[in-house]
Amino acid sequence: MKILVTVAEVAEVEDDFEVDGLGIDERYLTYDLNEWDDYAVEAAVGIQEAGEDVEVVSVTVGPERADETIRMALAKGVDRAIRVWDDDLASTEYLDSTTKAEVLAAVAAEEEPDLVLTGVQSGDSAFGATGVSLAERIGFEWAAVVNHLDYEAGDDQASVRRELEGGVEELTDVETPAVLTIQTGINDPRYASLRGIRQAQSKEIAPKELADLGLDASATEGAVSLTELYEPETVSDATVYEGSSEETAGQLADLLRDKGVVEG
Amino acid sequence: MTVLGITEHRRGDLRDVSFELATVGRELADATDSELHLAVVGGEVEAFADDLDREGVDVVHTVDEGEEFNHDVYVQAVEALHDDLDPDVLLMPHSVNGLDYAPAVASRLSLPFVTDAIGVHRDDGLAVTREMYGSKVETVVDVDADRVALTVRPGEWPPVEGTGDADVSAFEVDVDESQVRSTVTGFEEVGGGDVDITDADVLVSVGRGIEEEENLALIEALADTLGATLSSSRPIVDNGWLPKNRQVGQSGKVVTPEVYIAIGISGAVQHVAGMKGAETIVAINDDPSAPIYDLADYGIVDDLFDVVPALIEEFGGEPPEV
Ligand SMILES: Cc1cc2nc3c(=O)[nH]c(=O)nc-3n(C[C@H](O)[C@H](O)[C@H](O)COP(=O)(O)OP(=O)(O)OC[C@H]3O[C@@H](n4cnc5c(N)ncnc54)[C@H](O)[C@@H]3O)c2cc1C
Repeated sequence: MKILVTVAEVAEVEDDFEVDGLGIDERYLTYDLNEWDDYAVEAAVGIQEAGEDVEVVSVTVGPERADETIRMALAKGVDRAIRVWDDDLASTEYLDSTTKAEVLAAVAAEEEPDLVLTGVQSGDSAFGATGVSLAERIGFEWAAVVNHLDYEAGDDQASVRRELEGGVEELTDVETPAVLTIQTGINDPRYASLRGIRQAQSKEIAPKELADLGLDASATEGAVSLTELYEPETVSDATVYEGSSEETAGQLADLLRDKGVVEG
Repeated sequence: MTVLGITEHRRGDLRDVSFELATVGRELADATDSELHLAVVGGEVEAFADDLDREGVDVVHTVDEGEEFNHDVYVQAVEALHDDLDPDVLLMPHSVNGLDYAPAVASRLSLPFVTDAIGVHRDDGLAVTREMYGSKVETVVDVDADRVALTVRPGEWPPVEGTGDADVSAFEVDVDESQVRSTVTGFEEVGGGDVDITDADVLVSVGRGIEEEENLALIEALADTLGATLSSSRPIVDNGWLPKNRQVGQSGKVVTPEVYIAIGISGAVQHVAGMKGAETIVAINDDPSAPIYDLADYGIVDDLFDVVPALIEEFGGEPPEV
């Protein structure tokens, strides 16, 4: 069987940054594997290790730079990777979840996986929609925000727990093939071993363009466009203590005494 | 024209987001002189409809299908309602269940889709405010279409109040059972355990800024010194460093202590959902742009590994070496 796991490279913003037009100046961005996807990769590799003859393929929509991130997934046990990018995607100002789901659906149509795992959301754009949109597009059943998964390669059903608000979990049986969006904490993502990192060098990252997937630029055209990006005005009226660590700690200590948290 | 909002309930109660969504819905409806329709799918629909009949709500549609949320049923019900009512804006909650059906609905109806809205503005077109990069920036996205689907962040709008004179109307959906391919088999509460952090007057809460499990000793020492209870953000629990009953937030506990000291916590929306009701919020975080400062009453923008030991010493304690 085959598991397709979507991995995104996400941008993290440094503490101090500047906005540049509709984005953040590159100087202030670092890139990393999306936190939620790390757990999805682990879940996929876990199923692979527990079963026989399971292939794990990752798919990324992103520029060549993302290969570095994808190698981390390969080093953790993903067998091969697909990365979709071309000039049309590169010039798309706002790569929303609809566009991503459309591209991923075209990849799924080619790969014909039995199970798709995605992260619940990506840390940068936080749409939280790609996995379930993808499921609907490819006619798979799905479950969102999965923090426990009971599934063995070949099963025609996955038993999952969905983590609802307020410490309540929903127990759900989901027919496969399915898309599951994976929540952090579901497992303990492994570190890439040195051996894994070496092996990853020889694994395939297949670059694809929209045209290779039977799509064209219209896949990137939507009714939603980004028109503003700005640092929110601080609504904060926090009293920020100034001075050395000893001085600020002293001021906070006074506050805590005033509030009666600590006596004397 | 019509704005349609899909409400949410769980285990017999409408969730707050239902009434918040009605507020956004009214705001959007007023901008174009439209009607606000709400729908409730499953459960005690009539009792829910009574409760949803609040000021500014024109019609409540009840769909008497199932007891609890099932996304396969919801997708079919919302699709049928959409076909019938042809709303120009379809509103759904950006809750865990919203995440489980709204994207499918938008996709099935080929609607432009914007999630996690924290602001809406409508005159000629629709502009939606949302956040990116862990709330460090806000963005505005314009929707250039006659029909749109939106999910609304819980806790951002005040709930609609007052009593109304809405029409209540039963809506029949022919659920195609062959398309119901998931079954909810139960619910479970998690995170009982040794301590109830919702009881504490003072919480010392630790986040990913602590870096290593060993370093937790420092925060524990502070909690001891202050006679406070230790809680945390999600990554600390995900890493298995503290049990689930210590987690504050959307999927953890909602706490309302007199004093909440957030140490190395950025203030992600799901964390804030659990602690914004604290009387006094203190943040210790070396990133001045961390969203926790939008909420904090007092802050120290500095390295926690310098501040926390100094604070312990202020009270005559001895900070552990980390
Ligand atoms: C469906 C869903 C449900 C969720 N439920 C919850 C929930 O219930 N509770 C929850 O907390 N999260 C929840 N999350 C996760 C949430 O989105 C964030 O990922 C999480 O809250 C981040 O935790 P954090 O602030 O500790 O870590 P980070 O966001 O990584 O922040 C760490 C902070 O520490 C600061 N820092 C680092 N080093 C130092 C230092 N030496 N000194 C001082 N400061 C330092 C950094 O500047 C940063 O601001 C949920 C997410 C989803 C999608």
